[in-house]
Amino acid sequence: MSKQNPQDRLYSRDHEWVIDNGDSTVIIGITDYAQEMLTDIVFVDLPEIGRKVVQKATVAVVESVKSVSDIYSPVGGEVIDVNKMLEDTPELINQDAYGEGWIVKMRMSDVGELKMLLSAADYEEMLKEEKK
Amino acid sequence: MDYCPHTQDDIKQMQAAIGVAGIDELFADIPQKFRLKQIPDIPSALSEQETVSVMSDLARKNRLPRFSMTGAGAYHHFIPAVVGHIVGRTEFYSAYTPYQAEISQGLLQAIYEYQTMIARLTGTEIANASMYDGASAMTEAAILCAKMSGKTKIIAARSVHPEYRQVLQTYCRANGYTVVELAYDPSGQIDLNALQNELDDQVAAVLVQSPNFFGIIEDISSVADAAHKKGALLVAGFTDSTSLGILRPAGAAGADFVVGEGQSFGNPLNYGGPYLGIFAAREKFMRRIPGRLVGATEDKLGRRGFVLTLQTREQHIRREKATSNICSNEALCALAAGVYLAALGKNLRKLAELNIYKTQYLKNKLLELAGWREVFSAPVYNEFVLSCPDAKKVNEKLKNVGIIGGYELQKDYPELKNSLLFCATEMISKNDMDIVTEIIK
Amino acid sequence: MELIFEISKPGRSATDISKSDVPVINIDDAIGKKYLRNELDLPEVAEIDLIRHYTNLSRRNFGVDLGFYPLGSCTMKYNPKVNENVAALPGFTGLHPYVDADFAQGNLQLIYEMQKYLCGIFGMAEFTLQPAAGAHGELTGVMMIKKYFEKKGLKRRVILIPDAAHGTNPASSALCGFEVMELRSNSEGGVDIEHLKSLMTEDVAALMLTNPNTLGLFERNIEQVAQIIHDQGGLLYGDGANANAFMGKTRPGDLGFDVIQLNLHKTFSTPHGGGGPGSGPVGVSKALMDFLPVPRIVKTGDNYSWSEKFPDTIGRVRSFYGNFNVIVKAYTYIRSLGAEGLKRATEMAVLNANYVKERLKPYYDLPYDRGCMHECVFSGKRQVAENGVHTTDIAKRLIDYGYHPPTIYFPLIVPEAMMVEPTETESKETLDTFCEAMIAIAREAKENPDGVKNAPQTTPVTRLDEVLAARKPDVCWKKP
Repeated sequence: MSKQNPQDRLYSRDHEWVIDNGDSTVIIGITDYAQEMLTDIVFVDLPEIGRKVVQKATVAVVESVKSVSDIYSPVGGEVIDVNKMLEDTPELINQDAYGEGWIVKMRMSDVGELKMLLSAADYEEMLKEEKK
Repeated sequence: MDYCPHTQDDIKQMQAAIGVAGIDELFADIPQKFRLKQIPDIPSALSEQETVSVMSDLARKNRLPRFSMTGAGAYHHFIPAVVGHIVGRTEFYSAYTPYQAEISQGLLQAIYEYQTMIARLTGTEIANASMYDGASAMTEAAILCAKMSGKTKIIAARSVHPEYRQVLQTYCRANGYTVVELAYDPSGQIDLNALQNELDDQVAAVLVQSPNFFGIIEDISSVADAAHKKGALLVAGFTDSTSLGILRPAGAAGADFVVGEGQSFGNPLNYGGPYLGIFAAREKFMRRIPGRLVGATEDKLGRRGFVLTLQTREQHIRREKATSNICSNEALCALAAGVYLAALGKNLRKLAELNIYKTQYLKNKLLELAGWREVFSAPVYNEFVLSCPDAKKVNEKLKNVGIIGGYELQKDYPELKNSLLFCATEMISKNDMDIVTEIIK
Repeated sequence: MELIFEISKPGRSATDISKSDVPVINIDDAIGKKYLRNELDLPEVAEIDLIRHYTNLSRRNFGVDLGFYPLGSCTMKYNPKVNENVAALPGFTGLHPYVDADFAQGNLQLIYEMQKYLCGIFGMAEFTLQPAAGAHGELTGVMMIKKYFEKKGLKRRVILIPDAAHGTNPASSALCGFEVMELRSNSEGGVDIEHLKSLMTEDVAALMLTNPNTLGLFERNIEQVAQIIHDQGGLLYGDGANANAFMGKTRPGDLGFDVIQLNLHKTFSTPHGGGGPGSGPVGVSKALMDFLPVPRIVKTGDNYSWSEKFPDTIGRVRSFYGNFNVIVKAYTYIRSLGAEGLKRATEMAVLNANYVKERLKPYYDLPYDRGCMHECVFSGKRQVAENGVHTTDIAKRLIDYGYHPPTIYFPLIVPEAMMVEPTETESKETLDTFCEAMIAIAREAKENPDGVKNAPQTTPVTRLDEVLAARKPDVCWKKP
């Protein structure tokens, strides 16, 4: 059973979460539902700092033993930090998808893009639909 | 002989169980008009005895030479008896790829050991379970460099095996990459000035071989420095893999990938195949390299075991995003290589020394002939290039007495007229070499 | 078991090197110290230790000579021993690839005739034997398709690939710069004709089709499929991984295929060597002959030679001439069986697969319940739903019964897939005992699911931690 999806952030239809720091920077990770679907994560291919990504482009790649999944950036902008802990302990995503398992920090190029994301409640509604 | 154990009674019972009246009903999905009555152009079946006789006749239509002085990418070396006995074990050769690790530990461990030996020999940290041959190993390394960097230009030394460069061209054309060929200097090594001129920020990789196709040992450190300064990766190959027993490995000299033909390690000449492509690399490329990788891990009780690992690199998972489509490799040839290397151990150096002694003797002997001279000046391993008054005539004379002479370079290098590439391994005796000069005179 | 490095002891060796019969020279002077290595870290073992090490390793490995190996899509038929003996004749093993053609007339004749035999069996105009494996042949085929359109001055960007295809198909296409579009399967497991029609435009270079497909089902509408492709000027590519299903019964060339690649280590009984060597010949129709890789064999009178004089060739895909010694074994196989034997092999392969399908149908879900060709695909869905037992568990439990498991989790369109390919060389008794084992496991899944989940118990190691292997990769041993 997936954990509760925190209220303090926004969600994308591709199962990423976004924390808006209010200073046009965001923290991005994947949802608990996503990590569960991926099973044991064995490797995270992180972007280099400074890389510019448009909304919905691949910002990182997450691998399990038998699958590879692109992480699509929920907002466009520049990568300003990556979670280096994931290099040696990718399982942090499995253990704590909403906390220690964050993936990148970005400076948004268009804060308006946040409006296209979902609230926790809307995301849960979407999951319900998907599971049907 | 069709090796099917079915009796007429079996067939009847099985048809009944399936609910069909005859075999043809099983093929009902094939449209009637496309059904074949009889395969054309295939001779009638043979008994085992007839098969052996037909095949022996065919084998006898080949002429085995008294001895050969051609290497050029395939080398005649002695194969210790242990190699054949191990690769002849049906537990190994009648297995498929080790998908089910619990019943494939033998092969997985043997390949893990092979990977370790290759990494050590090449001066790198990792090696894969093998590629098709030296040409595909070098080509796939180049393609990978281009895919990783997003750059589209590849520099290949002209002193790289001509067929390897042809394979590279074929792959690069399909991928839309450009290959620039790089000249050699009068010593036979790559022309470093020309390399500096060609290197720009669009170069993904520089490809060299050491020893190169002329047998010349390259100064890999200088090439690596030049390439790295311009952000290009160095793919360093070799010709005869036994040279790794004595030469400073390219990995230790700064190469990013060390690739080449591993046939010399316990695999017969076989008229060109099967051989094995050695593919070794720096650790940082581990999650990118093509081919199968065996990794050590543990079972539930904490015992060491081996599995095919990092499979997300491969086509069956990454599909159109995979950097290579390789699936089958040359596992049994890699097993032979592993057994060969374990059998020789530190004696691989002694073997390499013996190759050098023989090579120097042959070279000096041939240089006694009137009008023969050395084409290049840099040091060589077990191959060298000499020019002579009439290369064709020399080879013809030798052929008439069942000896394979040197490789005629002119077909690949028009500027090297009447130049022959000779090879001397431990398989050629002093006596053989003494005869050669007598015949040519 | 210890590693070869762990039983190494300085000073031992399993070989000796002959004394030099020519003058010994100073290597440092001859080569130069800067080019020489200082260390050489290889195992040092006595011959008896070496033989025991590898012999014991072989005992931890399962081959088709030890038991039934129904690995779907891999055609693990018996490897006749006469093929091995013949291929080991010095005449075949001893020649350097660069000997003059007059030293190698036997080899050249064999290659030439093998190409002709394959043309006869598959109905193609010409074959190349240069590719070293099936995937290599596939890449060669796609390169030829690319060149075919280039030559016509056309730039087609797309290759269509069914959702059930092998992963090599999209990978090979992408390596040649094509965009891959996925073609849906219909409810019968065949090509969805309407979907094909909607995708087929003048931008599509080819459809890569495996027939029978990876479900083991023959494409009933093959004539219509070929016509839809050809009407738009496209080419039909055949993945011949499943050639053991139709050899002698029908020919891809007659069905409308323009290119087909084979796997000699599947259909033509050459041993797979634990992952290779294979051999992946490619056959083409007349329209594509000019693009075949070089060198090609030319026959003049009774004399054979190599020629590179084919200006439209895609070039070379491998050094020398391919995996020649593998080809010797496949050639021997064809000569032994003859036309009738090859046909009978196919018939018995299809009979065996249908027999297994019928016997196991009551116990495992069969998502496409119709006559299969040389293999059948079950789903472990029922076992997952009822008992939480997955296909992996069933496969591992089969090991305890002495069998190599089927191919699992492929094709991707069948959840919990189990792909069983018995091949023609297995007897009814073997199939019966295998089916009984499968039935027993279905029962165990209900009665003792944990037992199944803990399988295998009879192997030198139990299930291995693949997550650990991928998280902390250890692919080369380091001294502790």
